[in-house]
Amino acid sequence: MANNHLHLTLKIWRQESPEAKGYFEEFKEEVSPDASILEMLDDLNNRLEAEGKRPVAFESDCREGICGTCGIVINGHPHGSLPKTATCQLHMRNFNDGETIYLEPFRAAAFPIIKDLIVDRSKFDNIQQAGGYVSFNTGSAPDANSIPISKDIADLALDAAECIGCGACVAACKNSSAMLFVSAKVSQFAVLPQGQPERYERVHEMVMAMDESGFGSCTNTYACEAECPKGISVSNIARMNREFLKAEIKIPKLEVKLR
Amino acid sequence: MVKLESKVPEGNLAEKWTNHKFNMKLINPANKRKYDIIVIGTGLAGASAAATFGELGYKVKVFTYHDSPRRAHSIAAQGGINAAKNYQNDGDSVYRLFYDTIKGGDYRSREANTYRLAEVSNNIIDQCVAQGVPFAREYGGTLANRSFGGAQVSRTFYARGETGQQLLLGAYGSLNRQIKNGNVKIYPRREMLDLVIVDGRAQGIIVRNLITGELEKYSAQAVVLGTGGYSNVFYLSTNAMNSNATAAWRAHKRGALFANPCYTQIHPTCLPVHGELQSKLVLMSESLRNDGRIWVPKKKGDTRNPNDIPEDERDYYLERKYPAFGNLVPRDVASRNAKYVCDEGRGVGGGRAVYLDFSEAFERIGKEGVKDKYGNLFDMYQNITGVDPYKEPMQIYPAPHYTMGGLWVDYNLMSNIPGLFVIGEANFSDHGANRLGASALMQGLADGYFVIPYTIGNYFGTEKPEKVDTDRPEFKAAEDNVKDGINKLLSINGSQTVDSLHKKLGQILIDKVGMSRSEKGLNEAIKQIRELRDEFWNDVKVVGTGKELNQTLERAGRVADFLELGELMAVDALNRNESCGAHFREEYQTEEGEALRNDEDYSYVAAWEYIKPGEWELNKENLEFEFVKLATRSYK
Ligand SMILES: Cc1cc2nc3c(=O)[nH]c(=O)nc-3n(C[C@H](O)[C@H](O)[C@H](O)COP(=O)(O)OP(=O)(O)OC[C@H]3O[C@@H](n4cnc5c(N)ncnc54)[C@H](O)[C@@H]3O)c2cc1C
Ligand code: SF4
Ligand code: FES
Repeated sequence: MANNHLHLTLKIWRQESPEAKGYFEEFKEEVSPDASILEMLDDLNNRLEAEGKRPVAFESDCREGICGTCGIVINGHPHGSLPKTATCQLHMRNFNDGETIYLEPFRAAAFPIIKDLIVDRSKFDNIQQAGGYVSFNTGSAPDANSIPISKDIADLALDAAECIGCGACVAACKNSSAMLFVSAKVSQFAVLPQGQPERYERVHEMVMAMDESGFGSCTNTYACEAECPKGISVSNIARMNREFLKAEIKIPKLEVKLR
Repeated sequence: MVKLESKVPEGNLAEKWTNHKFNMKLINPANKRKYDIIVIGTGLAGASAAATFGELGYKVKVFTYHDSPRRAHSIAAQGGINAAKNYQNDGDSVYRLFYDTIKGGDYRSREANTYRLAEVSNNIIDQCVAQGVPFAREYGGTLANRSFGGAQVSRTFYARGETGQQLLLGAYGSLNRQIKNGNVKIYPRREMLDLVIVDGRAQGIIVRNLITGELEKYSAQAVVLGTGGYSNVFYLSTNAMNSNATAAWRAHKRGALFANPCYTQIHPTCLPVHGELQSKLVLMSESLRNDGRIWVPKKKGDTRNPNDIPEDERDYYLERKYPAFGNLVPRDVASRNAKYVCDEGRGVGGGRAVYLDFSEAFERIGKEGVKDKYGNLFDMYQNITGVDPYKEPMQIYPAPHYTMGGLWVDYNLMSNIPGLFVIGEANFSDHGANRLGASALMQGLADGYFVIPYTIGNYFGTEKPEKVDTDRPEFKAAEDNVKDGINKLLSINGSQTVDSLHKKLGQILIDKVGMSRSEKGLNEAIKQIRELRDEFWNDVKVVGTGKELNQTLERAGRVADFLELGELMAVDALNRNESCGAHFREEYQTEEGEALRNDEDYSYVAAWEYIKPGEWELNKENLEFEFVKLATRSYK
């Protein structure tokens, strides 16, 4: 069979532990254009393991672009430069024979490196815990069709709710801002009727948690939207800013706290 | 022998659950605080259960090997979730959903469980909408539905091709609310590696901290496993890379019975295998079968471009053989028929793929209409294959996808070990020998939101389990057991990687314990798996140490368990001398090649008790059908 394999040089970030000093290690790899970039790393790791060497630590799970587990900065772009594609969905046919590819972890002060390409994104969970939900107990729901929601609103909410929590927006931002991620959840509930009762407390609590987590501020460079694998729109950030302003006016008057 | 009591309540089918809820013991709100519950898994089943326990006031500890609860494999479910709402006024009802599910499962599930599943299905949709799950809507603002295989009504609720994501994020939100208020504590990046039993009851777990490698001990008055299915035993499957059977398998080795392991579902609409580095198979949601038509060339080895093959030289084999259900026959029927046409040499270009063609839908609802319904699936197809499915029909082939088998549970979702509950895909309960599309999400959420919150209270109220300390010898013994296992894996230092051994196991299973099984093949498989297990324990190479983040070690432990489970699948398939649902034994088929059930001898749940590696004892739970009449499934 004719061999259409690509011959590549990989420069991969290696770092033993959070405290250790990191460095780029170089590997030569020959790979089929039909393989995904993570399948290429699987292959490299199998080779390293067979040689008794430490494999490259990286994370992935669904390999379908939906779980948000994967995330590598590829040649300077979080998830690579192909638009609306998560790392796991990036196939080698998008690279050229002879190319050198740099692979690095998502870098941000709020995402400490755990090992090699793995970072700790638990701050994202902390922000969601602060208010990314509708407070409501199991069993007390009315019939689902008793709340009519226009198709446009449902679609708008889903556009925002599609965020996979990968953190590429933070890694893309020179300030390491998490605004796109937070605004996606805030927007989902701000446009839906179910989100109204806690609309202002939610944005207040989530923004507070975001600030406490050590993410930077937003200076409207829109690098986040460009790198987001789900195409989450920066219009969500504008909406969150409006919601937050309204909340800060209203909250002192509100006695209800988010439960 | 274990005495299997299904604990199905008395009374009419439609009243059983209501009566049972009334008869169960309640725990008063102040006392709930005194009960600790461990939940393993944050998929739909685990997250919904943990959130609801928290709302009720129990003290909950939740474990997942993921970095965040939101990553659980449930997130990847695409197509939708069933419910008997009858919003389309097309004749749906709880009874019809129940009937379709039990028929789809080829009459190998417990009637009362399946009925309860259909009964609570409507509450799930109400619950999720109230959480703000953005389901698809009609222009008038009401909820939209689509149809799925095995049903003639439109009862599937969906959110584009991301239904699992939206449902899981709903449950994750509820879980987060309980984490914030302190009722639930989350332990991410922890892998459960053993179950601790004290005085016959499940009272704790041993987990490995995946960052530090430390072993940790936790105790509780009940342990709930929501740890998902075992399709990854086949190496290539549609499941997420890390999905595995270890939690269930370690519980099995502590005495929990494993039921119907041979009931594994091969999903008809996945992307064909394309290369040797392939790490997983991608599912194209079966909702595509609503609008896509499946065909192969009539001629063998036809290498023409599909667009050049004229209509009268195409065989729409499902429409031809099953005119009533056509492309919407259940999964097992669709998968097997794809295998047959490819075995005949009529697959795409003579290979192992069939066409899924949307040209008729493009004419009916336009490309935009198709895009609106399936846009992200079409994008995904193009991204992976490099082919534009708006121009050329998709190519699909069946792939391992879902496991109906799992730990045995009674009507209360409790295993035969008191205090050990099993929910979601990890149990065996509701789908019999084959699961219908869009009913796994339904089951996970039914179990977690609406069933186990009641039944666990009844366990506490009647059994009154005590709190135990992790200083007890049972914890130490279990911890030592885990430590020994890890040390053994690290000390072999052989020549084969974990993945390469896993691939070998997958090949044996897909060839001999896959879509079609025979006595000869199963005997060979058992022999080969045993040999492979020896090979693994003598020649596997696991680099690194146990005291650090070590992904190779994590995988090694899981593959070691798969090497035992794979054998049990073959043993179970060999025992079941009939064909039913997804379990197809070549010796047992009708003249037309359809599955031939044997209700006389095999209308039972095969629940296997672990004796030692490679040795099990069979326990049978006879399936009583009081309300449905067993019939040969027909989709013609
Ligand atoms: C690609 C795909 C598409 C699907 N689409 C649909 C669909 O459209 N409709 C439908 O109804 N069904 C669908 N299914 C099936 C459905 O998604 C699953 O059956 C269901 O989500 C399983 O949920 P679960 O909660 O039981 O387990 P999972 O979601 O698999 O969660 C398992 C959890 O357990 C944890 N865990 C496991 N073992 C351990 C351990 N040892 N220690 C610690 N934690 C552990 C994991 O971290 C995870 O949190 C699909 C499945 C696949 C593969
Ligand atoms: S907004 Fe986009 S980039 Fe940021 S976490 Fe969500 S999906 Fe990832
Ligand atoms: S592995 Fe799930 S998004 Fe990439």
